[in-house]
Amino acid sequence: MPAIDGSFLDFKQLDLLAMRQTSVHRLDPRAKVLTTIIFILCVVSFGRYEISAMLPFLIYPAVLMAVGDLPGGYILRKILIVIPFALIIGIFNPVFDRQVIMQLGPLDIWGGWVSCASILIRAILTASVAIILVAVTGFPAICEALEKLGMPKVFAVQLLFLYRYIFVLTDEGVRTARARQLRTFGKRGFGIRQFGSMVGHLLLRTWDRAERIHMAMLARGFCGEFHTTRAQSRFGRDEIVFMGGWMTLFIFLRIYNAPQLLGSLFTGNTP
Amino acid sequence: MSHHKVEVKNLQHIYPDGTVALHDVSFLIRHGESVAIIGANGAGKSTLLLHLNGYLPATSGEIVIGDAKLAKENLVQIRRTVGMVFQDPDDQLFMPTVFDDVAFGPLNMGLAAKEVETRVMDALHRVEAADLRDKPPYHLSGGEKKRVAIATVLSMLPEILVLDEPTNGLDPHARRQLIALLQVFHHTRIVTSHDLDMVLELCERTIVLQEGRVMADGPTLDIFADEELLKTCRLEKPFAMQGCPICSPGIRTMPAQKPMVLPHGDKHHDHDHEH
Repeated sequence: MPAIDGSFLDFKQLDLLAMRQTSVHRLDPRAKVLTTIIFILCVVSFGRYEISAMLPFLIYPAVLMAVGDLPGGYILRKILIVIPFALIIGIFNPVFDRQVIMQLGPLDIWGGWVSCASILIRAILTASVAIILVAVTGFPAICEALEKLGMPKVFAVQLLFLYRYIFVLTDEGVRTARARQLRTFGKRGFGIRQFGSMVGHLLLRTWDRAERIHMAMLARGFCGEFHTTRAQSRFGRDEIVFMGGWMTLFIFLRIYNAPQLLGSLFTGNTP
Repeated sequence: MSHHKVEVKNLQHIYPDGTVALHDVSFLIRHGESVAIIGANGAGKSTLLLHLNGYLPATSGEIVIGDAKLAKENLVQIRRTVGMVFQDPDDQLFMPTVFDDVAFGPLNMGLAAKEVETRVMDALHRVEAADLRDKPPYHLSGGEKKRVAIATVLSMLPEILVLDEPTNGLDPHARRQLIALLQVFHHTRIVTSHDLDMVLELCERTIVLQEGRVMADGPTLDIFADEELLKTCRLEKPFAMQGCPICSPGIRTMPAQKPMVLPHGDKHHDHDHEH
């Protein structure tokens, strides 16, 4: 399972990126979380055949990557993981939606192709901002921000535990898979039946571990309440400028189709 | 100073499936003592440890920590007194960073932020892990994890330290480092382990469990000298007490080898005795 192995090691890389100290990293996590949410809402709310109006939104991930000093190739690889899922959602659109909505010379463009491309662009945009958010903020800080913004504490704690133990759990999963692989000599083993029992075992082990963690928490005086000491980050001028600037831009780009506007400036035709 | 004693009286534990894990276990550990609990796999060591801070309820018998009998009402106080370090540090380190983890106990005790900070840094300094404070636990090595796990307990200033297999899975250097660390603690220490060489270095007293019963309880050296006892309990002398493999080749179960011919007389290695 080298592929799964590798991509999870990569998650640790994401964590290391979050420890950098650039001006974006230093911003209050709440500002970044809120800006990301507005970004996603704007992108997702476009019509199904929209493509051109969404393209200018690429500026936000591009700027954050530059200022946050993030390695482009790495982020790109992370985004590539999401694309197959988006494709599965969009791939049948051209089959069902054959209405011609555009003519490119002799070529009829069906609505299905356009909406499929639109889904892909949305996926790339939203996945990239989500990954960049984690890379410039760090997962624990995002959970804390969400909690300060009103998410129930239980969910925040659950997310934190998920993040902490996903590494331990994948380690266990990868080890089990490796043990199986080493004894099947390149064949497929016993197929789904064996896979079922493997997953069952993993679940039982997870259960055991959860119990031991709970034990360790109780041993240190846990009574159902999570406390933290992290310094209260301040919502200052930088945060307001960051949020205000980007949100204004997003809303502007959402209402006006910027490429079309730009085009009309040169050609003199009003859209 | 009797207030940090651990007294177990006629403790019995039966698991819901009917397995009797502990039969009538009794012992008294006094303040400042360092005691090892050893025994084969399934002898009941872990079950016993889980009773010491009230995680498992006794089927019958009682446990007295300090002057208080362990009961539901004083569990919080008892857990503060008995610091428990679990076998797998991944179970013990569950917070996003090392600092948060070591602060978890003190924060649950309701201490002020300033006091928490001092305690955390003190604990981390004691285990030589102060520079790890902002790291997430999954970026640590095995030895580092273990030391941080001990710090998470030290920060609550427990009187009694309970360690389950502390040297398990550590490389020789990390193991040595951990033993040196535990040697300077003045807490009452209760350790379970299969690492009998560590027991020899760390604990002056040893309790041997077999099938849930106390088979022996006495000075560590006496216990390890009793080969009959060790054999019936599926144990073995620590390597340090076994003969030198070069001059007494029959001592291990490995096939006998010809004694090596040594260039300089009868003395070899750092032995100070003549062969």
